[in-house]
Amino acid sequence: MQKSIQKYFALFALPGLLCFAIAFLVPMVMGVVLSFFKFSTVTDGTFIGLENYRRIFINNDFTSALWFTIQFTIVSVITINLGAFFLALLLTREIKGTNLFRTIFFMPNLIGGIVLGWIWQVIINGVLLKSGVTIVSDPKYGFWGLVVLMNWQNIGYMMVIYIAGIQNIPHDLIEAAQIDGAGKITMLKSVILPSIMPSITICSFLTLTNGFKLFDQNLALTAGDPGKQTEMLALNIFNTFYGRTGFEGVGQAKAVLFTILVALIALTQLRLTRSKEVEA
Amino acid sequence: MKKHLLVVLMIVSLVMSTALFAAGSKEAAAEKEVYFLNFKPEIADVYETKIAPAFEAETGIKLKVVTAASGTYAQTLKSEIAKSNPPVIFQTNGPVGMKESKGYSADLTNTGFYKILSDKSMALTDEGKVLAVPYAVEGYGIIYNDAIMRKYFALSSKAVSINSADEIRNFATLKAVVEDMTKHKSELGIQGVFASTSLSAGNQWRWQTHLVNVPLHFELRDANIAAGSKVPEIKFTYSANMKNIWDLYLNNSTTAVGLLGSKSVDDSMAEFALGQAAMVQNGNWGASQILGVKGNKVADADIKFLPIYTGIAGEEKSGLNVGTENYLCINSNASAEQQAMADQFLTWLFSSDTGKQFVKNDLMFITPFNTFKDDELPTDPLAKEVIRWMNQPGVTSVPWAFSVIPSEEWKNQFGAALAEYSVEKKTWAQVESVAVEAWKTEYALTN
Repeated sequence: MQKSIQKYFALFALPGLLCFAIAFLVPMVMGVVLSFFKFSTVTDGTFIGLENYRRIFINNDFTSALWFTIQFTIVSVITINLGAFFLALLLTREIKGTNLFRTIFFMPNLIGGIVLGWIWQVIINGVLLKSGVTIVSDPKYGFWGLVVLMNWQNIGYMMVIYIAGIQNIPHDLIEAAQIDGAGKITMLKSVILPSIMPSITICSFLTLTNGFKLFDQNLALTAGDPGKQTEMLALNIFNTFYGRTGFEGVGQAKAVLFTILVALIALTQLRLTRSKEVEA
Repeated sequence: MKKHLLVVLMIVSLVMSTALFAAGSKEAAAEKEVYFLNFKPEIADVYETKIAPAFEAETGIKLKVVTAASGTYAQTLKSEIAKSNPPVIFQTNGPVGMKESKGYSADLTNTGFYKILSDKSMALTDEGKVLAVPYAVEGYGIIYNDAIMRKYFALSSKAVSINSADEIRNFATLKAVVEDMTKHKSELGIQGVFASTSLSAGNQWRWQTHLVNVPLHFELRDANIAAGSKVPEIKFTYSANMKNIWDLYLNNSTTAVGLLGSKSVDDSMAEFALGQAAMVQNGNWGASQILGVKGNKVADADIKFLPIYTGIAGEEKSGLNVGTENYLCINSNASAEQQAMADQFLTWLFSSDTGKQFVKNDLMFITPFNTFKDDELPTDPLAKEVIRWMNQPGVTSVPWAFSVIPSEEWKNQFGAALAEYSVEKKTWAQVESVAVEAWKTEYALTN
């Protein structure tokens, strides 16, 4: 058996690898190469070295988008994970209708980002109507709008992961802790949290990278208005590439920096939370 | 052994299916087809349901029409042109857009399409080659509903001395009329004089491109700068005039100032069509958006144009803003046969009797071609108004000076500044400095 798996590995992996190469590897290599070129379509270009990277910083678009993204990510990682963990705790206590609630909380995740963005735009504009403003009147409305949207969309998903983690805690461990006289807080701090560390790792990884590469929701909710003040990194890259004549290479250079940045942050986070994981 | 057979079968089927795909795409390319990437969503239907079938019936050539969503033409073109079956006919918006596309624009000097252009100087050229030919002349100004205006002028309590909208010939009169109309808006049955000043994303072009054209044109005129030349910086001399009209729009609108950020051009046009507003700034391309709105309450005969007055000395003599931002190009990377078919289509559309009927009745273009006789000009109310203003003695049209704007980015920044001014996040002086500073930096970046 083992032998035949080895024998056919290449064959069975081929379709997957092919898709991966076409949809991921090739564009990525092309992208990195193109970031050193001046081009208007992806097939023509002249080599200009690091010029594109220098032009990223001719104005503060990129840095202000980066700052906005960092702020957003910090807030959303905290709120989403706290919310999801809290819901998971509630829904593992064998209350009636647990499954129904799990389904309901998970459902927003099934709606696409663009649709959600527009729905929330209508809702938020409806609420703000009373004070005679709209979501694009002030960047802070856009910021909190995005936070609410992302919480609404992602809490259910992360909740499912936390539920799985909590349900995996062995019963004898909990019983032993109870016999030893652990109170609710001790139980949470010394039994549940350490045991679900793998879930925390994966959830914080997902929310962190989701926060950084957020695009559709940003585009649909505010499109960066007012005046780019709610523009996040991914949208900024898109607008640079498609919105400005002669800036395609700069957009590409931004995308390369963006990839490196997200990879660095995600790896650091993985290492940090992994080190806290324990064997039950 | 059986397993091996299965594997072999799978490989064979995989290989065969790829071969099939390859053969399929070759076959599609061999068909006689012209791919046209259309710029105007408002008339996409006409191309798809009327023109393409008629052209195919007469010539056997298929016309594939793809329309880019509003405000996304440049990016759609950019990705389409890199594909293996790129558009053969595409659009450019003037000298600035030309810079982007000249790498793949064919020389049109010997095409039938160029030969029928009445004023050859209107075409865009680069190093002696004709690269883009205009196909529609357009005009914009303030569209007004004469029925509401007549109702207002019939009021006994009106505060102005003039008796018809025709007599509005400068900003002072316009302002007096508009502000007095706002006072009487319940009697007139309107929610505001002007339709919403649309400021949502992608809907600011009426201001950051069209409205700013008026002060921009007069500044260039004073400085004796010819249209189409390079302008490294502006002073925004007529900034105060821009503020005049901008404040008038904001303060006499159907929508409260704070809510304008959620309004689109479609909203404004619908408000006008439904009789909720008396005036809206837009061009003759908006005719279909008024006439086609369900429940349209404006009679054709009541749709009239007024030039955009801003209080610049001598403005009585200026008319509507007339020009073009619609040029067609042919992709030089397409095969010679496809390029010839593209020319055949465009010549057919603008010179054959069938084609001209579509242009006149459905596309409603005022064309710059010598194949159109006077009775073949479009008959929609706004196009007729544009032609009337163009021919009015003693009045010169304001040309489209905005083609000198250095980049889209300038328009975006200026639009954002106008939006922030409207919610009092910026003062007018700051708007002014955005216009001047962004122009300088954008010019430096793009030249």
